[in-house]
Amino acid sequence: MLLAKLYQQDRGGSFLLMALLLAAVLVPVLNLWVPESSPLHLSTYTVTLLGKYLCYALLAMALDLVWGYCGILSLGHGAFFALGGYAMGMYLMRAIGDRGVYGNPELPDFMVFLSWQEVPWYWNGFDMFWFALLMVVLAPGILAFVFGWFAFRARVTGVYLSIMTQALTFALMLAFFRNEMGFGGNNGLTDFKDILGFDLQADSTRIGLFLVSVLVLALAYLACRYIINSKLGRVVVAIRDAEDRARFVGYKVESFKLWLFVFSAVLAGIAGALYVPQVGIINPGEFAPLNSIEMVIWVAVGGRGTLYGAAAGALLVNYGKTYFTAAFPEIWLFALGALFVLVTVFLPRGIIGLMRRGKDRQS
Amino acid sequence: MKVLDRTREVMRRDRVFDFMMPKVVFSPDLDTRHGPILYLEGVTVSFDGFKALNDLTLYINNGELRCVIGANGAGKTTMMDVITGKTRPDAGSVYFGQKIDLLRMSETDIAQGGIGRKFQKPTVFEFHTVYENLELSMAANKQVWHTLFARLNGEQRDRIDRILELVGLVEERHRLAGVLSHGQKQWLEIGMLLMQNPRVLLVDEPVAGMTVQETERTAELLTSLAGEHSVVVVEHDMEFVRSIARTVTVLHEGSVLAEGSMDEVQNDPRVIEVYLGE
Amino acid sequence: MFLPRLVKRSFGQSWCLQGVRWLLALLLFGVTAVAFAADFDAAVQSLNGENFTVKEASIGDVVDTGHERSSTVLESMLNGLLYYRKSDGRMVIVAPVEQGYQVQDAASGEDLGVLGKRKVRKIAINNALRTSLRNALARLSLSSTERDVRYAAVQEMLGTMNKDSRALLEDRLAMETDERVRDLLGTALALYKLDSQDRDVRLQAVQDLDGSIIPQVRNRLVGLLASENDAEINRVLKQVLGSIDARLQLYSLAETAFFGLSLGSVLLLAAIGLAITFGVMGVINMAHGELIMLGAYTTYLVQSALPGHVELSLLVAVPAAFMVSGAFGIAIERGVIRFLYGRPLETLLATFGISLILQQLVRSTISAQNVTVSNPNWMSGSLHINEAFSLTYNRIYILIFSLVVFFALLAILKKTSLGLQVRAVSQNRPMAKAMGIRSEWVDAMTFGLGSGIAGIAGVALSQLTNVGPNMGQSYIIDSFMVVVFGGVGNLWGTMVGAMSLGVANKILEPWSGAVLAKILVLVFIILFIQKRPRGLFPQQGRAAEH
Repeated sequence: MLLAKLYQQDRGGSFLLMALLLAAVLVPVLNLWVPESSPLHLSTYTVTLLGKYLCYALLAMALDLVWGYCGILSLGHGAFFALGGYAMGMYLMRAIGDRGVYGNPELPDFMVFLSWQEVPWYWNGFDMFWFALLMVVLAPGILAFVFGWFAFRARVTGVYLSIMTQALTFALMLAFFRNEMGFGGNNGLTDFKDILGFDLQADSTRIGLFLVSVLVLALAYLACRYIINSKLGRVVVAIRDAEDRARFVGYKVESFKLWLFVFSAVLAGIAGALYVPQVGIINPGEFAPLNSIEMVIWVAVGGRGTLYGAAAGALLVNYGKTYFTAAFPEIWLFALGALFVLVTVFLPRGIIGLMRRGKDRQS
Repeated sequence: MKVLDRTREVMRRDRVFDFMMPKVVFSPDLDTRHGPILYLEGVTVSFDGFKALNDLTLYINNGELRCVIGANGAGKTTMMDVITGKTRPDAGSVYFGQKIDLLRMSETDIAQGGIGRKFQKPTVFEFHTVYENLELSMAANKQVWHTLFARLNGEQRDRIDRILELVGLVEERHRLAGVLSHGQKQWLEIGMLLMQNPRVLLVDEPVAGMTVQETERTAELLTSLAGEHSVVVVEHDMEFVRSIARTVTVLHEGSVLAEGSMDEVQNDPRVIEVYLGE
Repeated sequence: MFLPRLVKRSFGQSWCLQGVRWLLALLLFGVTAVAFAADFDAAVQSLNGENFTVKEASIGDVVDTGHERSSTVLESMLNGLLYYRKSDGRMVIVAPVEQGYQVQDAASGEDLGVLGKRKVRKIAINNALRTSLRNALARLSLSSTERDVRYAAVQEMLGTMNKDSRALLEDRLAMETDERVRDLLGTALALYKLDSQDRDVRLQAVQDLDGSIIPQVRNRLVGLLASENDAEINRVLKQVLGSIDARLQLYSLAETAFFGLSLGSVLLLAAIGLAITFGVMGVINMAHGELIMLGAYTTYLVQSALPGHVELSLLVAVPAAFMVSGAFGIAIERGVIRFLYGRPLETLLATFGISLILQQLVRSTISAQNVTVSNPNWMSGSLHINEAFSLTYNRIYILIFSLVVFFALLAILKKTSLGLQVRAVSQNRPMAKAMGIRSEWVDAMTFGLGSGIAGIAGVALSQLTNVGPNMGQSYIIDSFMVVVFGGVGNLWGTMVGAMSLGVANKILEPWSGAVLAKILVLVFIILFIQKRPRGLFPQQGRAAEH
């Protein structure tokens, strides 16, 4: 009943959910039960790659929620993604135990290397999975709250806000590059062994992580869709279109922006937390402003203000990136740069917008 | 010095501490025993040396329809900015009823407290339908969490329908506000104000760009609102002002030049001098 | 005790011997020149004496010849690069190369080609010899005709004063004419006197050292404070140290201020072009950093085209970079930005795309590595004000340069008709249009102007930092912060913003580290925008509201 209603209201979203369901069935089958000799076999490498794309899709969706619906162009979502990733990475680091290169049961390798005597206080608790999960939500959430509280109260909007968020992730990148921060400096966190006791190298674990990514993406989509369809969503769009009007109608604009921003940051953090066990590393490079701005182009390519468009854009651009960087590494930055220009000038509503326009013309 | 000032501010005996101030949500019990609902006293606003408002003193009575006229730069829009909290004056006081100091309230609180404002340029939520525009403006709990789970009940639907009828947009209820004509947008905005259940309506140039018929209907609408609400209209169109005005205030260079009925004002030598030149 | 005495003997000899030789040289220049060379040759050969005593004596002989290569030879010996050729016993100076040693004749400096490692043997030295080598070298430099060499020599000896060096310096003081060197000599001698057994001498020495900001002096005084028992001296010591510290603090403050202003000038150069484009068009050009980079690469290309003319190339590079970056800027405006007016966020994304393309363009056509841009001579070195305070020339020039650019730009905006139109458009676009200003043309020109200035900034930056494809990225955030902090649309604001952010950064750096300083400044700006959303010098009035 509910699904039928959803399908009627939201064709694109249903399509996304169906695709996810299909992937959740097909991928494990093709990877685990189809023999490797068969041309239909899906290598674990591909599974991991797909899982990575799903994390990006979640991230793009989070970004679309604030940009597409509320007009907040965040150029710092990479920071929230990375913070979530680091929180998960810290758990995975502690889970290594004494199997590190130095065999120290207490200290992660990089701390032994820096000849630290004990684990810094903020690493406490990360040996517990639930605590790490809590931090995956809290770390980006609190950062977004503090930043947003200041920025939105001061009515920092438009390009000002964008640059501020970019500066935020830039500052964090500088900070995380420092060894003294205690997050592995330049090299970040890596060499993970297992998660909750499951070997990270095993095919079954990879499939498990993939399935979790599918599930989380689907749930996140439904949550975002619920928000957008609620009165809250309408207020948010109203703020995007006429901020002053919304304020004089009696909405506390800054609170709405703040909570939406925090929710989006938490989603980005979760995406980061799913990303890290699949790719096996998190380092300060994830904070690089370039990363954050690349995310924006995923959303722009897919079509902002649709949620599923953002997810589709993330999949598409990242597939392109994987292909280009392998086939023509020289060309990739040209292609990405051109994508930025072409999409903003010719396709302001992205591919989804293009498809919709095509359909409108037919009817 | 700053601390000292701050302390002095806190210790002032004619003020109630902020945290003890009554939280104004609706204003049926607004204290208007002395007549006026809005008190502006000695308000001065300057931009870069230019005084947009110069020691402006103005009272709006409860339930009255007041027209404010004046040349460009006389300070009409700035006055509205001050009342709605958009601009903070350099000096003076602004009270809503007897007790509520508007200068200490945020724009949102002022709006929720019962002062609605229509902008000079019609501003509606263009990507929402007419119906949604009204729904969003409706007086209700406007906190973030509440809106996440809010559902319209029957009574609220009826209210929206009533307003739709009042502003004549029943046919357009499911169209996007962005595609409405200029005049329809003006009405929608007035409708949105009404949804807020305001005590005071500040209406900035409601008939700019309207046809003659539209103007007439707007005049009817505004006159019918007076009584239940206090309405302050800023307008250039003298014909329109004459058609609705009971009391007219003429602003000039940031302060009140004349006040009275349309005829009184029109025969005031100072007004004639300002409007017609030497 | 034996060796020092020996050293002293040779010192004593040296002065009179040298005097005689100089006299002779003056009288019989031609003849002595030959004899001189022969003497020197012999002295150098004897550096390979059978024991250290002989070598010790020969060092003195080498110094005594007064030959221009004496210091080269002794220095090589000190650094373990003096060898002799096994085949004929010639003394040689070696420089290790891949196949063995590049060998040059010690006495004459003649190049003897490359020799295998087995063909030569090192001249052995011990610690005592090292000391006398150092003293000999100090003596040589003390008698140098170059004032700076003498000064450096005294400076070298400050930390290791002993009886011998004292004698050396007192001799020198008697004949020294340069004020600065004399002062330093006095300081060195006073330092020596601090070790005296005589209380009054020590007291006098402490008083003599009052106000000296030479680091060794302060170290010695602090050391003395720990060991000194005399109450009177201790009191004076504390006083003297206090005044020294006060002076040092003053200078370090001045230095911080200078570094801050220097950083500020870089920020100003980077931000000022942005201030124009952003202030007038409300467009944030994310490729601004890359336009700076293009300016720096233009400098590099001009230098490659004019090898050997560093000064000239820099002079050519300034207008060239202006043209190149300006042309790119106009192309960007005409090609992309004009389609996006009224959509600032999209402009931001599109220009970011352009910045990626420009970066890759440079990587593909020139090199992915950093390139070297050489500095003209007058840019290197530093203006030495005193021991605790010196200003590097390149920073001074760039500070001046940035101010010149700033005032030139101000003049353009104030005095030219383009400036008038730019200001008109920035204040009220529709009105300006109505007055017949071709706002499209003004936009293109403004963008070109802002970009051209970015190019000029690139020329300046090429003299300070590495020139590479990524150099632009680091400036965009900082520049934007400066513009926001200073207030959009106000060049003076940009200037004050740049300088104060620069100084703030440098003040914070010592106690928080460079990275944290950056973060703190960032946090500060975020908080600042809370209080004053329009920056330090806002555009006021009704126009600014919309």
